[in-house]
Order: sequence, then structure tokens, then C-alpha cells
Amino acid sequence: MADLTSNFIGIKSPNPFWLASAPPTDKEYNVRRAFEAGWGGVVWKTLGSEGPPVVNVNGPRYGAIYGADRRLLGLNNIELITDRDLFTNLEEIKRVKADYPDRAVIVSIMVPCEEAAWKAILPLVEDTGADGIELNFGCPHGMSERGMGAAVGQVPEYIEMVTRWCKQYYSKPVIVKLTPNITDITKPAAAAKRGGADAVSLINTINSITSVNLDSMSPEPSIDGRGSHGGYCGPAVKPIAMSMVSEISRGDDTCGIAISGIGGITTWRDAAEFMTLGCGNVQVCTAAMTYGFKIVQEMISGLSEWMDSKGHTSIDDFCGAAVPNVTDWNQLNLNYIAKAKIDQDLCISCGRCFAACEDTSHQAIAMSEDRTFTVIDEECVACNLCVNVCPVEACITMEAMTPGATDPRTGKVVQPDYANWTTHPNNPGATAAE
Amino acid sequence: MTSDVFEPGIKAGRLAPDILEAQFSDLHPPLDAHEALVAADRCYFCHDAPCITACPTDIDIPLFIRQIATGTPDAAAKTILTQNILGGMCARVCPTETLCEEACVRELAEGKPVLIGQLQRYATDTLQSKGVHPFSRAAVTGKTVAVVGAGPAGLACAHRLAMLGHDVVIHDVRPKPGGLNEYGIAAYKTPDEFAQGEVDWLMQIGGITLKHEVALGDGVTLDGLQSKFDAIFLAIGLGGVNALGVEGEDKNGVSDAVDFIADLRQAGDMGSVPIGRDVVVIGGGMTAVDAAVQAKLLGALNVTLVYRRGRDRMNASAFEQDLAASKGVRIVTHAVPVAVHGNGAVREIEFEYVDDAMKGTGQTLMLAADQVFKAIGQTLQSDGLPDLEGRKIMVDEAGRSSVKGIWAGGDCASGGDDLTVTAVAEGRDAAMDIHKVLVG
Repeated sequence: MADLTSNFIGIKSPNPFWLASAPPTDKEYNVRRAFEAGWGGVVWKTLGSEGPPVVNVNGPRYGAIYGADRRLLGLNNIELITDRDLFTNLEEIKRVKADYPDRAVIVSIMVPCEEAAWKAILPLVEDTGADGIELNFGCPHGMSERGMGAAVGQVPEYIEMVTRWCKQYYSKPVIVKLTPNITDITKPAAAAKRGGADAVSLINTINSITSVNLDSMSPEPSIDGRGSHGGYCGPAVKPIAMSMVSEISRGDDTCGIAISGIGGITTWRDAAEFMTLGCGNVQVCTAAMTYGFKIVQEMISGLSEWMDSKGHTSIDDFCGAAVPNVTDWNQLNLNYIAKAKIDQDLCISCGRCFAACEDTSHQAIAMSEDRTFTVIDEECVACNLCVNVCPVEACITMEAMTPGATDPRTGKVVQPDYANWTTHPNNPGATAAE
Repeated sequence: MTSDVFEPGIKAGRLAPDILEAQFSDLHPPLDAHEALVAADRCYFCHDAPCITACPTDIDIPLFIRQIATGTPDAAAKTILTQNILGGMCARVCPTETLCEEACVRELAEGKPVLIGQLQRYATDTLQSKGVHPFSRAAVTGKTVAVVGAGPAGLACAHRLAMLGHDVVIHDVRPKPGGLNEYGIAAYKTPDEFAQGEVDWLMQIGGITLKHEVALGDGVTLDGLQSKFDAIFLAIGLGGVNALGVEGEDKNGVSDAVDFIADLRQAGDMGSVPIGRDVVVIGGGMTAVDAAVQAKLLGALNVTLVYRRGRDRMNASAFEQDLAASKGVRIVTHAVPVAVHGNGAVREIEFEYVDDAMKGTGQTLMLAADQVFKAIGQTLQSDGLPDLEGRKIMVDEAGRSSVKGIWAGGDCASGGDDLTVTAVAEGRDAAMDIHKVLVG
């Protein structure tokens, strides 16, 4: 059986599945339950400075987007950092870590962007025995309006500065959590790296309004008839998160920094995908909030089984394995030519491929009187829309043409060599190929 | 089980009232809102969907299901009712397993079609339970149309004509409108007075007058109607019942299944309807199954349905046959009645087994019977009608009969397949043709 042990920037855990800093990790009771269920680590819900804690709204904190059968696809929240007393949290962290020495306990922190504030809290956190800290530079609501959270994460200079303070006043690993509410994720990641961060974690939640109540005209979640943007998370954000992770993995100024992947991770497969894009471990929140802590058992068994099937003995074997294949569009092989192919034995004749292609694409699918659907190779540009809308898995596939064959659409012979846009004759800026 | 079920003879109240109530409750309980959303989500919104083609009334099924899925069941109902004004009843009685749901691509893919019939019911019930009638009449044309028969074809025709601005008078032989919807369908398919509620709802269009207990030759004549109305639509159904033509058929306890079914529908209390201990139903169609199943539900100890051909030839769908079997009805095939025995009242009925060519085998079957229901088909009572084709009124595709100004549709007319939904389609289409003729 594959070894799922994780050593992320020197922090060891029995598996790479951590719970992200969020409501599930707000207090000792939940965290103990999480560890009993099998989670490898937790990032404790963000602590603020000493003094009266923040207050949360007393109405709904979450809004949701549903798929079929009310399957939760996306969740947003307007909850703030912990609203419990700092010292209560610190005592609990200390107790839990002492009882679960093999699990990772990371403390998320968000205090004002002043050196004194960080200097004050870091020794207190150090004293808990926790394994590291995560700097919450991502929370997009409430705290950002007070100059913290995403308000810091959107200014690379602040990230670098605060990270330096943390490395100066704290002896253990420092993880910088990044906000996706920014144009270029590599900028804050590079700033964290310059500041000495051991790792970045991403993504935090995305600014969002999940829905509008068409009766009351209030955004949801609605607090007494009004709503505010909240942080979006859950399966819906996974593609955005993976793209940002990949940019950091292959960015000139960012590659090499350890990454803790966050964003809609719901199954072992999601986790594996993040890890192939360069994440040393992953953090989960929405899936746990949707199904409870037990899901980690599926994640453990699934990842283990997949690793066995691929011959991976440790998670390092596949971490970053997909990164070399992430490239810019102008590096894609324009000589690669594929055609859609419909497996008539699998086809159930719903005609969705036809409607999609005929109405919105290239008119490359023919429909017969008896509802047989076939691809017209002369028109097919291999856009993949038919594959995407087909309700039957593997019914429509994209088949690569063999070099030497003639593409009936263009009348040109498929070339065996690789050629991209940079040298394409239609590119005004193309450099001469000779 | 009470001892009443063992007592021979035909008697009422074999089962306790609470058991009877449960037995005759809704065959398919309605979907609740969440179930409807889940069921609707399974629809693939097929291009040129096969289910639409399979529906005799061409309801845009993918559209109405999408309207349910997006939280607008009233819009879904309007999509249904635009094509089929009796969409509520059809959702209950259509053999969807041989129509839309058989054509559903998910039936092909997984053997589990989208629940089209139940979704249709969800939509139409949602709208109709509010008492909302989504259609309004066009300006009155001054033209008048006589409809004979207040069954599905007559009601559909009348509604469409009224909507188009014509004034319609429906003449019906029974005391209540609805035709087979009210008198000819098993009680568990349409409980809670749904049929009358649907007619009341349909009548909200306005412009339709109902005249009860008048029939051709009994209160009105075709000539008389022709002189008073601009057009006539005949939707008189099949009023006659085929006889067995065997010795002893006139014995007490032998009756028509259609009368039994009608009695059950009109009985306020199922405990008041007498039923035999040993019941034999002869026939292989929906009427036979409706009678046999309800005999069982009333507490008959032994119910045998006897059909002269194989199960594959039965007009009752596989679903109906399975329903009968699941209720404990024994199905005997390849047997024809040869004699009814008994002293005054039926005591036994004798069958001969026949081969696939209906040739006698000489082998016989004797079934104990204190009640026999005949369900071997209904016939048109055809005196003074336009020309026939076979045993039905000959009509063209538009429903026109051999007599100018007279249209016909539903079970009494040629073509079609004796389904409620087909009758609705024929009534609707005849109305459109009548409209075309009347207003040019």
C-alpha cells in the first residue's frame, strides 16, 4: 500500500489532507473530531489580536449554488475570523497539539499590518507548540474593509513586509495564504517568496454574490433585507484555483516555493490533480462542511489505491508531475489534428451533440431520419463541445489523425512535426522557420 | 383478512373500510416539489425529442420538463395544456410505458426513463389546484357547434372551439360529463373526483354549454342538430358491449366489465359495491385489467383474467399486466369461454384451450365463478350515423365524416387506438379544421 505520509516544508502529517482555516477548525471540539476521523492536519481558524473579538452577523452566513438534487456546487460565506477569545483559542491549540503530536496543527493569523501587532501575537502562537503559521491575506469580506485579509493580499509589498516580520519573530514554518481576488497571482506569490515564506497556500475564497432574492431584491445570504459579497468556495472554484496553482508552479519568480492547494477539493481525485500541479499537500473545507469529516476516509483510500495502480510509493512521486505539460497557448502543437468520433453502440440518440454543433458550432454533425448521428469530418474542427455535452461517457471521443493522412476539412496533409503559433505563417510576428 | 372474503356469492363490504380506502388510493402518489426537481433534472432536453414524436398530442415534453426544473411549473402546465387540454387526466391514465417513456433515450440507455407522466401530473396539478385557467377566448364569432359526447374527444374539441370564439353545446347521454374519464377508468387511477374537477376547470374557458342525458335518437337527432348548428362533432364513443355468444351468458352474476367499472367510479363508498368471491374476467384489454384489479381490491378471493390469445397479444400494456399480477390476479391465456354453468346464477364457467390460430384443442378448463365480467370489446351504436369504415365512423385526417358539416373523433371514429390521449388529439385537430371551415 502506498505511503501517504506527508512532509510539507518540514511539517509531518500521516496524510496530505488538511482541513483549511475555516469554521470546521474554529475550536478544540471540532478539531478533535477531525483528527479522530483521520485528517492529517488542520489550519486553525484565523486568530486576531488580543482584545475584544470580532462579531459575526446573527443572520445567515452562507449562500449556495446547487446542482441536481440540491447537490452543493458552490458555497459562499460572510463569516469573519474567529469570534472567540484569543487566549481560549491558544489554550485549546496547545491541548490538541499535545494530544495529537503526529498531526499537523497550523495556526492561521490575521492582525493589523503593523509590526507591533505581529510581534505581540507570534510568541503566543509559538508557545502553543503548533507546527507553523498561515498568514491570512485572503479573507475577502469584513476584515479587508479594516485593512486586513485580502486588503493586504492585494498589495505585494505588504505581503513581503509582513512575511519578513513573521520570519523574524517566529521560528517555525510560515505559510502565506493568497487571495484569488487579484489579476496576477504570481505577484503576491513572488512577494511572499521574497519575504522568506516557506510556502504559499491558495486559493482563499472568491468575491461573490450567490443569488438575488427576486421577491425581496436582496442578495443572498440576506441579513435583514441586505446582502454583502462573500467568499466563494466549493467544487465550482476548483478550475480557477488549479489555474492559479499552475501559474505559481511554473512562474519564473515563484517556481520552487512550496504550495498547499486549496479550492473546491472534494474527492481524492481533486486532491491528486492539485498535487500534480505542484501542491505538496491540500486543504479542504467545503467538502467537509457539506458531508462531514468522514470524507477524509474516501480521500485516503482513493489516493492510496490510485497511487498503487500507478506504482507511486510516496506522494513526492507525482507532485508536480503535470507542471511541465502546462504551457502557454502559443506553445501548443498546431499540427495536432483530431476529429470527433461517435460510438454508435453507445449513442442513445439524444441529439444534444447535434443541437450544440448545429446551433452553436461548426455544423459538423449529421442527423439521419432514424436519429443516427455522425460526424462530418469535412467540417469538424475537434472543438470538443459534442464530447462535453454528450450525456454518455466515452460515447464521443476525439481521435487524433495519423500524420500523412489528409484532413478532409482543410485538404492538407497532417504533418508529423511539432509546430506552434510562433512560427505559423498567419502570425505576423512569426520568426522565419529556416 | 376477515372471514368475509371466504363467503361465497356476490356481497358488499368484504373488506374493512380503512383497507378499502388504502386499496383504492392513488396508484402513483404525486411527486412532491423536490421529487419533481430531481426527476426533471434527468431529462436530457433532447434535440427533436423522441418523446414528443411518441406523444399523440405532440406535447413539447423537454420544454415543459425544463420549465419544471427551473421552478416554473405553471409555465410547464401551459406548455402541456396548449397541446392537450386534458393533460391532467392523460398524465394519470396514459400508458406512458408504451408512448413517451418508451421513447425516452434514458429508457434506451438505462431502462429508466424520465418520469414524464408523473412530471406532467406535477405541472398540471400545480396549476389546476390553484383554479387557474391559463387560456382565454378569442372574440366571439357567432358560429355555433354541437358536440355529441362529453368524453375526452368531445371536451377537447369543445374547449378548442370555445377558445377560438365559437359557441359550443355539448350533448351527453350520462348525468355527468367526462365520458370514460368519469365512467370508464379504474378508480385508483383518478381518485378524489379528479375527472369532474378537470371538467369544471376546462369549462372556465366559457362559451360551452353542457346538456346532460340527451343522446342521438333520445332527445336530439343529427338532422335536428344540423339545422340548428353550423357544425357537428361526434364523439359518442362505443356505447355497445360485445356479447360472449355462449350458452348461459344470461345467468345472474354475468355482467359487463364497463358497468362494474362505472359503478365503482360512481360509488361514494367502495364498501357498498358487491363483489363475488370467485371472479372471472374475460378479455385482454385495459378494461379487463381495470375490472380484474378492482375486483381483487374489493376483496374477491380469487380473480382470474382469461384471454383467448397469448400475453404478447393483450391490448393491456405489460405494465398493466404486471400490475394485475402484483395484485394477485391470475392471468390465463389461450382459452375461450364455451359455457356458463349454474342454476339461475353462475356457479362455474367453462373454457376451451385454443392454439395460436384460435383453433380448439379439446382441452377444457372449469373455473369456479360467482361473478363473471365480460370485457371483450365495445361497439359503436351506429344507427343513422355517417358512413362507417369497418365498425367505426369513417373520417379523414382532419376528422371529417362522409357528411358535410359533421366531424367525428375519439373511439367512435376510424383510425386511432382507443386511448384517451388519442381522443384528445382528434378532438383538438377536428376543432382546428371546423374553425378553418367556419371562418374561412
